[in-house]
Amino acid sequence: MESVDLIYKAVYILAIFGITLLIATYSTYFERKIAAFIQDRVGPNRAGPAGLLQPLADAGKLFFKEEFIPAKANKALFIIGPGVAMLVATMSSAVIPFGDMLLVGGREVWLQAIEVNIGVLYVFGVVSLGVYGLMIGGWASNNKFSLLGAIRAASQNISYELAMGLSLIAVLMLSGSLSLREIAEQQHGFNWNIWYQPLGFVIFLVCAFAETNRTPFDLPESEAELIGGYHTEYGSMKLGMYLFAEYINIFVASAVMATLYFGAYNFPFMTELELWLADATESVVTANNIVTMLGVAVMFAKIFMFIFFFMWVRWTLPRFRYDQLMKLGWQILIPLSILNIILTGGAILLKDSLF
Amino acid sequence: MTENLFYFLASLTLLCALMVVISKNPVHSVIFLIVTFFTISGHYILLNAQFLAAVNIIVYAGAIMVLFLFVIMFLNLGKNERDVKTSTLTKIAGTIAGGLLFVVMIAALKDAAIAPAVGPFNSQIGMVESLGKVLFTQYLLPFELASILFLVAMVGAVMLGKKEAGERHF
Repeated sequence: MESVDLIYKAVYILAIFGITLLIATYSTYFERKIAAFIQDRVGPNRAGPAGLLQPLADAGKLFFKEEFIPAKANKALFIIGPGVAMLVATMSSAVIPFGDMLLVGGREVWLQAIEVNIGVLYVFGVVSLGVYGLMIGGWASNNKFSLLGAIRAASQNISYELAMGLSLIAVLMLSGSLSLREIAEQQHGFNWNIWYQPLGFVIFLVCAFAETNRTPFDLPESEAELIGGYHTEYGSMKLGMYLFAEYINIFVASAVMATLYFGAYNFPFMTELELWLADATESVVTANNIVTMLGVAVMFAKIFMFIFFFMWVRWTLPRFRYDQLMKLGWQILIPLSILNIILTGGAILLKDSLF
Repeated sequence: MTENLFYFLASLTLLCALMVVISKNPVHSVIFLIVTFFTISGHYILLNAQFLAAVNIIVYAGAIMVLFLFVIMFLNLGKNERDVKTSTLTKIAGTIAGGLLFVVMIAALKDAAIAPAVGPFNSQIGMVESLGKVLFTQYLLPFELASILFLVAMVGAVMLGKKEAGERHF
C-alpha cells in the first residue's frame, strides 16, 4: 500500500470514529427531545440554545462524579467491562460503506475504511461479542441484580443472534457476496434489497432491537425489576461508557440495516442525475463526485431515519415479559427466517429456470 | 512484518492458553480462553484465511464461549470449591506425567521431516469462494453427514428440554 493510501485510510478511520462518537453523543439529546415530543413535554432546553449543549453537560457531570468500585467487586473485570462494551461498539463501523467512490486527482478514493470480502461476517462477529462487556461487568459487580441482568443479556443475545444470522443468509443468497461494498453496489438506483426481502428485513429489525438491548427488549437493564440490571453498581463515566456504547450500537445497527436492505448510498435516478450532471458541467469527474457526496448524504439520512425509528419504538412499546421474549425469538422468528430462506431459494431457482 | 506479527501472536496465544489452566478463578479462565480464540483468529488472518477467522470468532468467541461464561456464572463457584487442597502426591504425579508428555512431544517433533511444499501457494485458497466450492464438490458427503449430525444433536436437545406432560412451570 502506498503511503498516500495509508494516510488517507488513517484519516478516514479517525473521521468515521469521530462521526460515530458525535452521532452517539447527539443521539442522547435527540432521544430526550423525541421522548419529550411523544409525551407532549418540552425536553432539555436549558444548556445552550434549544438545549443543544445538553450532551456536553451530561458528559461533564459523568466525568466529575466519584469513581466508585464496590468493595467485594472483581476490580480488574469491573473496569474492563465498560471498556469492552465501548471497544466492541466502535469496531463494527470499519467495514460499512458510507459512500461510493470519489475521484480526487485521478485517484480512486473509496468512502469505506476497510474492504474485506467477509464484511457481513465481520459485522456479525463483532456484534456477537458485544454481550461480553455486559456479562463481564454484570458478573464483576458481585451483585445479584447485576448478575441477573448479565445472564439475561447473554441468553437474549444468543437467542436472537440465530434468527439474525438466518435472516442475513437470505440477503447473501440474493447478493452472492459477503462484501458489504458489493452488496451496496448491487442495489444501484432503486433496486434495493427491501423489495426482495421484506420478511427478512422485519426479522433483522426485531433482532437488531434485541441485540442493542433497546426497548422492548431492554430486559438486561429493566429498572423496575432489576434496579438497573448489569450496570446497577456502575457510576461515573464507567456507567457513561455503557450508555454510550448502546447509542453507538444503535448507530451501527442502523448503518448495517441501511446498507443491507435500504440500498446504502444509492438513491433513485442516480444514473440519470450523473449523466445529466456530466452533460451540464462537461466533466465526468465532477458529476461522479457530486453524485457520491449526495449518496453519502442519502446514507446518513437513512441512518438517521433508523435511529429515529429506534427512539420512536422505545417511547411507544412496553417491555416484553421474559418468557414472551424467548418465545418470540425461538418459536416465531427462527421458523420465520427459515421459511424466508426457503422462499428466497425457491424464487431464485424459479427465476433461473424461467429466464 | 508478518514474521514479527506471527511471533507476537504465537507468544500471546501460548501465554493466554497457559493462563486458562493457571488462573484460579474459572471466570478468568473463560476470559483467557476467549482471548486465545482471538489470537488463533489472528493466525488465520496471517494465513489469509479470513473466512475461517471470522467464523472462528462468530462460533467460538461469539456463541460457545458466551454459553460457557453463562454456565460458569450460574455455578457461582465460591471460595470453598476453589481452595480445594491438592495433595503433594497428586502434584508430583501430575508434574511427572506432564513432563513425560512434553518429552514425547519434543522427541516426535524432532524427528518429523518438514513436508515439501505442494505446488505454488495459492493466496486465494482461504477465501470464501474457493472454500465453498471445495466444500460442495470434493467434500460434499462429509459436509452433509456433519449437518445431519448437527440435526440429530438439535433434535436430541429439544427432546431433553421438552416439558413432560403434567409438569408445571410457573
